[in-house]
Amino acid sequence: MAGRGRGRGRGALAVAAEALGIGRGDLPPPTLQPPPLFPPLQFKPVPLLSGEDHDYMLALKQEYRGTMKDSPHYIKADSKKKDIERYSDKYQMNRNSDSIIGFQPDWERLPQELKIRVRRLHKSRAAVNPTLPISRKTKALSHEEIEKKLQNLEHKEESQTVEENEEEKEGEEEEEEYYDEIDEEEGTDYNATYFDNGEDFGLDEDDALDDGPVY
Amino acid sequence: MSNIQIRLASLLLRENYGEIVEKVGSYLIKYGLKALRAIALDTNLKLDQVRKALCVLITHNMAKFTSTKRGIIYYQVSVKTVLLLSRYPRYIYSVKTLYGDAGELIVEEILQNGQLLMSKVVRKVTERLNEALEDRTVEESFVRDKFIDLVSTHFLQRVVNPPSDIDSTVTESETAIEEEDLYKIPEAMKIEGCISRKRRRSEDEDRGTKRIRTDSTASEDPSESFPDDGVYWHTNFDRFHQHLRDQAIIDAVSRRVDKIGAEIVRTMLRMSELTTDPKATLTKPMSSHEIFHALSRELNIPRPTLDQYLKLLADDQIDFINKTGESGGGIYVINIYKAIKSLCIAHIESVVQERFGSKCYRIFRLLLLKQHLEQKQVEEFAMIPAKEAKELLYQMFSEHFVSVQEIPRTPDHAPSRTFYLFSVNLNQVCRMLLERCYKTNANLIARREHDTYENRRLLERSQRIEAVVAASLRNNDGNPEQTAELEEMITPPERAQLNKLKHNVNKLEQSELQVEETIFILTSYVQMVV
Repeated sequence: MAGRGRGRGRGALAVAAEALGIGRGDLPPPTLQPPPLFPPLQFKPVPLLSGEDHDYMLALKQEYRGTMKDSPHYIKADSKKKDIERYSDKYQMNRNSDSIIGFQPDWERLPQELKIRVRRLHKSRAAVNPTLPISRKTKALSHEEIEKKLQNLEHKEESQTVEENEEEKEGEEEEEEYYDEIDEEEGTDYNATYFDNGEDFGLDEDDALDDGPVY
Repeated sequence: MSNIQIRLASLLLRENYGEIVEKVGSYLIKYGLKALRAIALDTNLKLDQVRKALCVLITHNMAKFTSTKRGIIYYQVSVKTVLLLSRYPRYIYSVKTLYGDAGELIVEEILQNGQLLMSKVVRKVTERLNEALEDRTVEESFVRDKFIDLVSTHFLQRVVNPPSDIDSTVTESETAIEEEDLYKIPEAMKIEGCISRKRRRSEDEDRGTKRIRTDSTASEDPSESFPDDGVYWHTNFDRFHQHLRDQAIIDAVSRRVDKIGAEIVRTMLRMSELTTDPKATLTKPMSSHEIFHALSRELNIPRPTLDQYLKLLADDQIDFINKTGESGGGIYVINIYKAIKSLCIAHIESVVQERFGSKCYRIFRLLLLKQHLEQKQVEEFAMIPAKEAKELLYQMFSEHFVSVQEIPRTPDHAPSRTFYLFSVNLNQVCRMLLERCYKTNANLIARREHDTYENRRLLERSQRIEAVVAASLRNNDGNPEQTAELEEMITPPERAQLNKLKHNVNKLEQSELQVEETIFILTSYVQMVV
């Protein structure tokens, strides 16, 4: 079986090669490595054309390249701080700073969003930064949580107004303390003293807010 | 749009507009339509940097933007226009041959800035011309006339107003500007007489004092108003390509026939410039009588000679000119398609000859002539020994210059009962060579950048010394000893190195330009076939 298979394969190949006119020894040996990166040139390249127009074009090209390098259209990144700060730096227009554009395109023809506003130094930004984490924290609360909290708050407010009307001072105080002690295991001492002293409506409400979720 | 094209495009962008533009440009080429934020996010650039880069790309007509209904603006860059950057010197040079120095400077100024107001161009070019020619002055009106010439021959074109991004529904009608309007000189520039010029002169004086204080190169007074504000001009690349193509045909005729034949063809092409569609493959028919009248008197070609030349060109094997009728002394057309095709074939043939030798060249020409040939026939017709012919043929086959068509006699595709026909697929070979040219150009630029980078210290130093020497010469206080001393700061071996570098850079750039010429011929053929 195996022998026959091989025979057939070989036969087909031989026929194909024959049809193309390839004899037995004509096929080159198999290549086992990739071709070289810089293969040797079989023929030397012809010299470049030269003449007045070619030379002039070359000069034109080099000049054009040179002017483009210095043109405001050549955009560089903000240059790094130099070795020393020079007095003259202040008076040199740094047209390649990121927030300044060196040429004046017609803004009518460009999308509005591309317009670069020239900004002052970003001093104000530093002052704003510290507030960020807080706002983020509040944002992190899920929608449901907020809703729940608001509901509780509402509920509390209602009950408290009722309490206020009915019992005024005495009962309310005791109740509050009682809840505090039960709910918050740690720091009860402080809370107790704190609430004893600063007995205030607003504070009460705050406290109720904290207690909310337990209800 | 292949990887090679993208590589060349990004190298060209970096060379002309710096690294940031390169990053944004090649990102947009690779990924197509993108919004501003996405570009900034993916390229890791600051938003302002991306903004600036996009401004540059849009003003240089390389990027376009479209706004969607939801108000998001998408940007895209076409790789084709970026690749034209390597052809800029040729554009400038061809205008110089047509319109002289003023035309050259006008086009150079516009290419450097992408798009400009006519009044600005005229003023700048006049300044530059006056700087160059110290002995005589050039009037602004002279430059303006040149500008109007360039516009009337369609080398310059108005920039189409972009769709306003406020509402995108109106855009369809707005962008479809009439063809004629593209070449209309604004009224304000046409009638601008002495009054406005006087006013401008006084303005200039005003600014003269201001300029001393501010940086003169970077800041132009933004509040200053122009009579033609809002009408920007840019170069019409299609027109330039048409001109370069015509020039190539004329050159070919002058090589094949002679100068007089070339002049006749030039006249015919100029006559048809106005009447024929630039993309047409045949020009409009012209009678020999018309041609005779259009020929410039200076050439002094008598009528019988003209007829002889026309007959000669029409009978020629390359078929640049066809005769289509007998009336009016014979009616002729120029077959632009055939002309470009034979130019393209000539380029390919010379590549084959230089790469594979003259025997391969013979086989290749044989295949072009006979279209489809079996291997046996190739050996016989080329009169090359069988073994050698096979080797050469397969060598070309492996490099994709030659393709094979299988024709089975039986449906089982058995190799013994199949014809293998070798042929040349011109379009495919063209595209393959085009890719190679792009690769070559990219490699040339990369090599040049590498060489200059390696020697950057030496270059900087020599530039500084040259500047000092020039300054001392200008002030006339530099005594020769001092200059010599300064020039000795660069040692002889360093000077030798510098000279070598300069030589190499020149050679590399020259090759870039000449590869570019090949690219031009190949692309015009490929575009015509499509």
